Amino acid sequence: MKLWLITLYLLATTSHALQVTDDRGVMVTLTQSPLRIVSLLPSLTETVCELGRCDRLVGVDRYSNYPDSVQKLVQVGGGLDPNIEAIVALKPDVVLMAKSSRAGERLEALGLKVVALEPKTHADVQRVMLKIGALLEVPDAQRIWRDIDAGVSAAARSLPPSVRGLRVYFEVNQGPYAAGESSFISETLSRFGVRNIVPAKLGPFPKLNPEFVVRANPTLIMVSQSNVNGLQARPGWHSIRALREGRLCVFSTQEANVMVRPGPRMAEAARLMAQCIARKGADALTGVNP
Amino acid sequence: MRQRVVWLVWSGVVSAVVLIGLGVCVGSTGFEDLLSPLLNPQMDPVQTAVAQQIVWDIRLPRTLGAWTAGALLGLAGAVAQGLFRNPLADPYLLGSASGASLGVAMALAAMGGGAGMLGSSVSDSASANLVVSVFSSSLWVRVGLTGAAFCGALLAVLLTLALSRGVGHTLRLLLAGVVVGVVLGAMTHLVLLMSPDSLQAMQAFILGSTAFVGWTSTLLMAGVWSLCVVAAWLLARVLDGLSLGDATAISLGLPVAAMRGTLVAVLALATGTAVAQTGLIAFVGLAAPHLVRSLVNTTYGNLMLLASLAGGTLLMAADILARGLIAPQELPVGVLTAVLGGGYLLWLMHRGPNRVAGANP
Repeated sequence: MKLWLITLYLLATTSHALQVTDDRGVMVTLTQSPLRIVSLLPSLTETVCELGRCDRLVGVDRYSNYPDSVQKLVQVGGGLDPNIEAIVALKPDVVLMAKSSRAGERLEALGLKVVALEPKTHADVQRVMLKIGALLEVPDAQRIWRDIDAGVSAAARSLPPSVRGLRVYFEVNQGPYAAGESSFISETLSRFGVRNIVPAKLGPFPKLNPEFVVRANPTLIMVSQSNVNGLQARPGWHSIRALREGRLCVFSTQEANVMVRPGPRMAEAARLMAQCIARKGADALTGVNP
Repeated sequence: MRQRVVWLVWSGVVSAVVLIGLGVCVGSTGFEDLLSPLLNPQMDPVQTAVAQQIVWDIRLPRTLGAWTAGALLGLAGAVAQGLFRNPLADPYLLGSASGASLGVAMALAAMGGGAGMLGSSVSDSASANLVVSVFSSSLWVRVGLTGAAFCGALLAVLLTLALSRGVGHTLRLLLAGVVVGVVLGAMTHLVLLMSPDSLQAMQAFILGSTAFVGWTSTLLMAGVWSLCVVAAWLLARVLDGLSLGDATAISLGLPVAAMRGTLVAVLALATGTAVAQTGLIAFVGLAAPHLVRSLVNTTYGNLMLLASLAGGTLLMAADILARGLIAPQELPVGVLTAVLGGGYLLWLMHRGPNRVAGANP
């Protein structure tokens, strides 16, 4: 990473051209730091703003809603179904988007610079932040990342040791799709010393047989407000320990957004989760061996 | 012939019972023997308690629910094929299944799922509390969703009939059904786009899922099934008459128009009830009557009963596969029936065109 930054620094000083290799492995060259940016992924929008370059955004996708200032910008469709014409009309110097979007090649064919980045893990958040930091010539990107990381660690430290070994089920939606051990959300949980009932081998967001949750009998359930309805009434779920003892973390839609986006608000997400775990789960394991 | 029908009824019942036993033993842990702890409770009380809960609360209602949903779809398929004198008619191809799912989606959107309209992703907590889940187990929610699905299915069938100007022209009927199905399917997706909060749950539902079928849904489906079977049995004479043409049926003194209308209602009720509880499950309604016809040539009364039994067995088997294949994850059972049922239909067509085209008994 350091070597790469030095190389980039040398390149930048010698030719004053910016070069970034994105997650597709494509080397993107810009003559100068971009002044007009379109972002097609909420976590990338948030990263640009966290780096203090929010004023350079000229357009965002319809799911980017944080910080509030981006809600006034032109919306150019969704990340997977962007409005190509609207993007071109904005004359951006660079378009930031997810690797999974199909629009990249089309935009490049129209002469736009595209940087595709796919943050999925804590390490990705750091990598993406430093990459965008280099692109936008933000000298203290590394420090901003360290602050975020320190925020997650502080949230972990705020928890009493008694929560270690809590078994958590995080439901992403009613499919039921869960956040598994290999998901971004669960990385934060493991830094807390809390266990996820959905093993990593099932992938980050598996569709489960609901019976699996009943058998795993979690001590705490995390769910967003839009999915909490009827949890207790699902066949067999009334016997799950978390529901019997009322150990349920219900997050509002906005809070759930913070949690599922692998971006600079991961420290805030960690704080929200830690607060609820401390409130609902701290006494769960006293005297009882799960 | 009569002997053969009785024999088939028995084999349907026996295979259903065997599959229920198997279904109780297949779940998130793959196959496990839960029957022996249940039958010998003195051996390990803790194990028995777990087994009792898993079997009674989850697997038994779910397995029986799959059977009733399949039975409803099999019955709907047989009714549709007789009613439209068309071996390709099924709840799917007539657009009634798409209409039913549109009804469910619109009912959900009306009951609060539409809190976050396109563009404004901020939904306040007050409206979020009102959101009714498609997987809810409350009786009134289930009845409401069933009603909405019934209306949607009925409207779709009537629309198909209007577009095809009656049932006389096979090709036109099928084209109209496909068009109605596609248009209503697209409208369902539009409704879902406008309520992003319920989008993913509805997507899981649309792919067909018995994951959250509990006793409420199962008993509701069983009740509607009994009603539909009795109604269809009583009206079966008109289908036998219709298979010889409208003129013959009328000359036999049958009130053709009224009976036809009632059968359309039975078709919509059976389809709507199944779709409201388990989502879109393709091809069961088409495959079940064909399976019966390939085994026996009989009257519509017997055909409908046998197709119902076959549909129940088929869907129950598919559901057990969907649970077991990649446990503890699940395949959407609708995807599985589409693959298996589609394969069966292709094989049927490959075997000889007469088997499908000349399927009228």
